[in-house]
Amino acid sequence: MRAPLSWIKEFVDIPAKVSADEISDGLIRVGFEVEEIIYQGADLTGPLKFAKVLSIEELTEHKKPIRYVGIDCGEKETRYVICGATNFAVGDMIVAALPGAVLPGDFAISARETYGKTSNGMICSARELGISDEHAGIMVFSAEDAKVGADAIEGLQINDVIFDVAVNPDRGYALSIRGIAREVAGSLGLKFTDPVDGLRSLKFSETGKGVSAKIEDKSSASVFYLRTMSAFDPKATTPLWMRRRVEKMGMRSISLVVDVTNYVMLELGQPLHAFDKSKIKGGLTIKRAGKAQKFVTLDGQERTLDPDDLMVSDDDQPLALAGTMGGLSSEITQTTTDIALEAVRFDPVCIAKNSRRHKLSSEASRRLERSVDPSLAEFASARFVQLLTAHSSAVHVATVVAGEPVYAPVVKIDPTYISKILGFEVPNAEIARILRLVGCDVDEKSWAIDPPSWRADLLGIADFTEEVARMIGYDKIPSILPLRPLHASLTPTQKRRRAVATMLASRGLAEVQTFPFTNQETIDAMGFVGERAATYAIANPMSEEFPLMRVHLVPGLIEVAQRNISRGAKDFAIFEMGSIFRSSQKLVLAISPDLTKRPTQKVIDEIFASVPPQAYHVAGLLVGKVENENWQGKARAYTWHDAIEYAQDILALCNLEWSIKRSDFAPWHPGRCAELIVDGRAVAHAGELHPRIIAKYGLPERSVAFAVGLSALPDSSLVRPTRVGTMPAALQDVALIVDEKVTAAQVQAALTEGAGELLESISLFDRYDKIGDGKISLAFTLVFRAPDRTLTGDEVSAMREAATAVAAKKCGAVVRTA
Amino acid sequence: MRQEDVSQWVKDAQSAFNAASDLDSLKAARLAHSGDKAPISLASRGLGSLSPDEKASFGKIIGDAKAAIALALAKATEKLEAERDKKVLLEEVVDITLPVNRRHRGGLHPISIIKNEVSDFFIEQGYAVAEGPELESGWLNFDALNIPADHPARTMQDTFFVEPVESGMVLRTHTSPVQIRTMLTQTPPIYVICPGRTFRADELDATHSPVFHQVEGLVVDKGITMAHLKGTLDNFARHMFGPDVTTRLRPSFFPFTEPSAEVDVFFNNRWIEWGGCGMVNPKVLQSCGIDTDVYSGFAFGMGLERTLMVRHGITDMHDIVEGDLRFTRQFGVGL
Repeated sequence: MRAPLSWIKEFVDIPAKVSADEISDGLIRVGFEVEEIIYQGADLTGPLKFAKVLSIEELTEHKKPIRYVGIDCGEKETRYVICGATNFAVGDMIVAALPGAVLPGDFAISARETYGKTSNGMICSARELGISDEHAGIMVFSAEDAKVGADAIEGLQINDVIFDVAVNPDRGYALSIRGIAREVAGSLGLKFTDPVDGLRSLKFSETGKGVSAKIEDKSSASVFYLRTMSAFDPKATTPLWMRRRVEKMGMRSISLVVDVTNYVMLELGQPLHAFDKSKIKGGLTIKRAGKAQKFVTLDGQERTLDPDDLMVSDDDQPLALAGTMGGLSSEITQTTTDIALEAVRFDPVCIAKNSRRHKLSSEASRRLERSVDPSLAEFASARFVQLLTAHSSAVHVATVVAGEPVYAPVVKIDPTYISKILGFEVPNAEIARILRLVGCDVDEKSWAIDPPSWRADLLGIADFTEEVARMIGYDKIPSILPLRPLHASLTPTQKRRRAVATMLASRGLAEVQTFPFTNQETIDAMGFVGERAATYAIANPMSEEFPLMRVHLVPGLIEVAQRNISRGAKDFAIFEMGSIFRSSQKLVLAISPDLTKRPTQKVIDEIFASVPPQAYHVAGLLVGKVENENWQGKARAYTWHDAIEYAQDILALCNLEWSIKRSDFAPWHPGRCAELIVDGRAVAHAGELHPRIIAKYGLPERSVAFAVGLSALPDSSLVRPTRVGTMPAALQDVALIVDEKVTAAQVQAALTEGAGELLESISLFDRYDKIGDGKISLAFTLVFRAPDRTLTGDEVSAMREAATAVAAKKCGAVVRTA
Repeated sequence: MRQEDVSQWVKDAQSAFNAASDLDSLKAARLAHSGDKAPISLASRGLGSLSPDEKASFGKIIGDAKAAIALALAKATEKLEAERDKKVLLEEVVDITLPVNRRHRGGLHPISIIKNEVSDFFIEQGYAVAEGPELESGWLNFDALNIPADHPARTMQDTFFVEPVESGMVLRTHTSPVQIRTMLTQTPPIYVICPGRTFRADELDATHSPVFHQVEGLVVDKGITMAHLKGTLDNFARHMFGPDVTTRLRPSFFPFTEPSAEVDVFFNNRWIEWGGCGMVNPKVLQSCGIDTDVYSGFAFGMGLERTLMVRHGITDMHDIVEGDLRFTRQFGVGL
């Protein structure tokens, strides 16, 4: 919302010594962010004169139209200038910058030779003067607008300060000069004169029958003023001062009638709509569109109405999309003489829906959906009649009113609440003073507060507390730390996540965070099927490319890896932690309990249960070499066991025990994927990515990945360590020949089982697969230790033989002899 | 055995040790002059066969001699070891400035780092860290926060809805539903922060991302005032931006707080919009069943990306979301 200082001053007595910055600071202090202060005219110096066009010579030998124009600037002799615009005729009034003038952009005007002539100045467009973006032609005025030779800087009221103010959605009243002026006055302690005060006593005589007005559904609008006027001369033009004000607000001057509706809206905040009365069949009714139908709005767009759209209709058809935009068929034209002026206090929700359904946000809808002062339908329409009759031949015919204004209720408050919430003592007298300042009627005995007509947002004690706080100034609130509770800590889950991330980061993996969106093509390419492929679709995705929620972290890691590779990275490791969104449960109809009290526990439980579980995973992708290659030589490539080791490290960090088996799980290589099982549940997968995926996404060959379902992991149990043995250990090596289909894990498990309780550790130290005949050799070191004695050679041999015996029985292992 | 012989053995040993050019030849000299078969050792062993008188006199002579030999050996050893060390240093020197950068360098994402930092700060103040789902019930994300059905934030332009839209399920537009979950499952006193990922249908550009992170704080207790909110924010701002920053509250509007404020931080010589805050709207407390005659509360919320960008001078959001290793690695693990 723009607000020119010159206009604000009409309603606030601002002493000359108050600077624009002080006004801006005041507005910010009471909750109105000033986004920009525009010092219009600060970069402009004259002479800038109104001048009358006396002669036009068209210079036709050039590529574009060029005019050599004789103008009367009130000087003794005719001044001649070159002009490239053509939107003016002899007799028109224009603005000329004379030599010596400097226009915005440090554009100095001087007499110069051009197009074979001497140009003694420049005819200006609005943009050249820095007063609007209009550059379609030069500014043209009528003879009544200005005197020949008059100073145009003053005439166009160029020197002004314009505040660009951000207005919060609960303060619709401030989308007007009336509202901004009230806040300026309130914030600086200055006197405010309400422009509405001068309109309360306006009376217009009835000279005929007016167009009838009706509200079909009282919930869509409370009050509807319809003022009929006639005898308007369509040749009437907008007075220069009004045109300039409308332009300073960022709007274009269109015609007198439209300009007056806009002017009144900008001044008071009430949107008005003027119909060409001759196009209205019968009376006007505010009602729903009722059925889908075509409707052409003022901007020339044909729209399809929703049956629920609120319209202003005549007896035959809809004429305006209520509070949003008028219809083309009944708009004011160059032949309009009879006018029906609509001013309605519409229901904000109806207008918000109109605006959103048609993606049409207008100056009118922006105000109406933020709630407009219900008293303004009467006063703003009266202001329209006042201005139009003053500046044209129009006469008031009749005023018809439907409905009546509905105001916010009187609220009883407990003033002590305000000090209790703000944290410092505010005397009752101060509370009353401030509430009166913002327009409330205050009864200091009963503390019944009657909010002003323009404040539909003052409904409860919290709202009044904010009014008091902002007018006192938030800077007056002391800064005190609350007494803090004695203790808090991260939950075990949070600690675990943080430890996992820190471990991976410390071990050379870089964390990434990707958008959790995916698409069907990716899901299919990964080979996900069944419940691992099912997910939720976004109804309004950012792009059609990623309309689904992710089901796995690896695709995002692949995308990041591709990006890094395309930027020159070769050997690296990345990981991500985050939620995945497999659609494990069907979504139910929204549960929306009443808000006036806490829902029942049953309803709360239902709401919580309606939100599908979202598993939390960590995944890593390792590509290229394990180490950076440098002067120390080559490095080996990442391989399947690196991925498994990271997955195991994560489980080990969480103090869990796991078993491992081969799995053909997507998106991994079916022969090179390990499944890690904790408490009978597969919680992690790791290994080489499927060669098809590696090829499709252009990753280095044999890239590997791991994924661990962190939310599937059981809690760590309290560690109860075994006593550390101090007796000497006995080492035994065994080499076993087994069928190549037998896994190392199986053999190790069998040896462990057979070795008995005194086995301290077991490790595979050699694997030899060149024996042939489908056989391999696995060699283990077994470490035995007794807590209380040195083991004898015989005891150790017996335990070794017991171990190999179980391996022989369970895995068909044969002890290899040297 | 004569005293002259013993003196000669000592002299021989001393000159042999002094003559040794390195530790190996010293070892040979040591064996010859103080080893088991050296004359002094043989003489020492022969003491047993002497008469008590002789034993006493020769014992002392031999003991003194052995001490003198040991001293000479120690001196020679020390000298030769020093010479060897000097030589080794010269011969085995390497260029320790050769780049040793074999291992990949990892790092936490800066958003994780700042999230951890904020969490640690508030845990130390006695706050718990509350979390909630990203795909969230619309009632928790909007209605319970006093954002009515026709509020602009609920339109298709701002919120990602999930099909079927009748489910009301959304990608949470802020972490505020976690506040509601907390108030529905716990009783005051409540001191929590809610960090997490949030979603708004904004195009990705230098300052916006459709997927971003927030941290919100919620306190509900007896006697909580706006002064407490201000004190908490001042403390938080100093922790994040340095001890000299000042904050400013500006009146603003949020459906879930009343009074509401924007919080600005004066950082690097200008006011930066940091986040929103206010006293929890009594309507919100009431819909969670909290007695507003007894309890009051404050809430605040900041964007983590914004905090990160302001504090670290990051000028383009793309760096934060693209996952380029060269960006992330600069942050290490945030220590």
